Amino acid sequence: MTAAVGLGAGAAAAASAAPGTPSAAGARTASPRRRGRSRARETLAGYAFLTPNLLLLGLFVIVPLVSAVVISFQRTDGFGTGTFTGIDNYARLATDPVFWRSTINTALFTAIVTPLSMLLGLGAAVLMNSVLPARGLFRSILILPMAISGVATALIGVLVFDQNNGVLDKLLKFVGLPAVEWQSGGAAAFASVVIVTLWWRVGFNMLIYLAGLQGISPGLYEAARLDGAGGWQRFRFVTVPLVGPSSFFLLIMNVIYSFQVFDIVFVLTGGGPQNATSVLVTYAYNNGFVTRDQGYAAAIGVVLLVITLVFTAVQWRVSRTRDLVD
Amino acid sequence: MTETLRWRMVRVALAVIISIIVIFPLYWMIVVAFSTRSDLLGGELRLWPENLTFANFERVFAAFPIATWFGNSTAIAVSVAIITVTVNLLGGYALADLRFRGSTVLFLIALATLMIPVQVIMVPLFGLVTGLGLYGSYWAVILPTAASAFGLFLARQFILAIPRDLIEAARMDGAGNWRVFTRIILPLSKPLIAVLFFMSLLQTWNDFAWPLIALKQNALFTLPIGLLYLQGQFGADYGGTMAFALINVLPMVVLFLVFQRYFVQGFARSGIR
Repeated sequence: MTAAVGLGAGAAAAASAAPGTPSAAGARTASPRRRGRSRARETLAGYAFLTPNLLLLGLFVIVPLVSAVVISFQRTDGFGTGTFTGIDNYARLATDPVFWRSTINTALFTAIVTPLSMLLGLGAAVLMNSVLPARGLFRSILILPMAISGVATALIGVLVFDQNNGVLDKLLKFVGLPAVEWQSGGAAAFASVVIVTLWWRVGFNMLIYLAGLQGISPGLYEAARLDGAGGWQRFRFVTVPLVGPSSFFLLIMNVIYSFQVFDIVFVLTGGGPQNATSVLVTYAYNNGFVTRDQGYAAAIGVVLLVITLVFTAVQWRVSRTRDLVD
Repeated sequence: MTETLRWRMVRVALAVIISIIVIFPLYWMIVVAFSTRSDLLGGELRLWPENLTFANFERVFAAFPIATWFGNSTAIAVSVAIITVTVNLLGGYALADLRFRGSTVLFLIALATLMIPVQVIMVPLFGLVTGLGLYGSYWAVILPTAASAFGLFLARQFILAIPRDLIEAARMDGAGNWRVFTRIILPLSKPLIAVLFFMSLLQTWNDFAWPLIALKQNALFTLPIGLLYLQGQFGADYGGTMAFALINVLPMVVLFLVFQRYFVQGFARSGIR
């Protein structure tokens, strides 16, 4: 890295010695600032400044990404070199019930967590944006989970949701509700993962919405009020459309997060019981580093990547058409 | 008037209820960390510690190298933060101030790497890290974690907002790009640096998936990995687990509350979470 920074300094020094006296520079317009040779130097400087970043990303993200695709067509034993087996790994995936279960779980988790965390986030943001005593304190409390590590969050979840001695079941019994078998029931375990995730992430959604709400001019609410709009109507026809950009941004962030949910599932349920909470990333991890079926793990990763890319492409399309329509 | 007052009461009540729901799990972690084992095993509902005790902390410190793990977490998080901030500032400057062919494409590719979960690349990345001889050292975690474009977008936006006149004036005085970067951009980027540094520190301190793969030796564990290991060893000893969880969580909670505005800006602008 130091070498790259040194290169940047060298290129910058070279660029500063470029022809053109100060008086000539003053006559130049801003747009094509430099002529032929110095333009080449600016290019050189640009790449030099970007090199450390590109080097790290290239070596530790792009190169492994390409290898992952290659390995997904191989059969591997341990970490040795594999042998090419064509689409065998993918053919296996097609008939692997655990893979399908994990895919469905990932989709289900995304379909539940994304709208819920956005709705709760928007509600909290509207509340925090209204006249409220000790608003700063409430806001600090609501975003506090963002500082907690995923492992600690999940372990607190293990503690709270313990079906034998956990505080949640005790509370449920105390108010006269039946205790829930959070560990042995598949649906209940899935619900516990969703609840812990919401606790962890609603603060982030609120923060983004709060920034969006603060950009709305109070005059618009005043105008709506004068037109006779009630509280709900003002929310529906002023707030919701005007936080559109925040919603769009959060939709993408929440979906991408949900596709990749790992810490909470891995620590809270380990994918169990009977794969009821297994998701694509935990299944890939188990294949890659527990059963050591590396080629198969890489194939699962590639499937996840393709799903992510397709989603992003669709979003891109939708947002562009929407912009055209508006 | 009474109508508005009533709504105001409803809002306050809602805010209090939501806050209690959010705070309760953290409060419960603290209660359990300071409770005796017999109190925890009791069947009845008890929402505060009956007998305060430090036994859980003593037990955890006696059984595990907590100080070492704390040091590992600190070393790794600070190194990653320094490298990422440096690299992203340099790159952000290039993208904001210099015009060159391919800059837009490179920017988009760098941003696209943010969508790739580590689980997609973990198998070859592990091979790569081993091949480079990094396995068994901090660098096995530091370098792949520092390889992130998360600050690039933020740095570019921030530097774009710096008045062009300042930069052009320096250029007319004969300053080259490096000089512009160190004399104009850096001094004006202190808030940006703070935001990027704290964000990176928080993320790395709490990072789990890649350290889980890359750190196999007990002596190199970070706190989250140590926490999971401890849970595996202690099993249902919630007192011990929560005592350690508190040690893992506390530094970032304090930092988060003290430097809240930097974190809030970081999350709100870069949207990384």
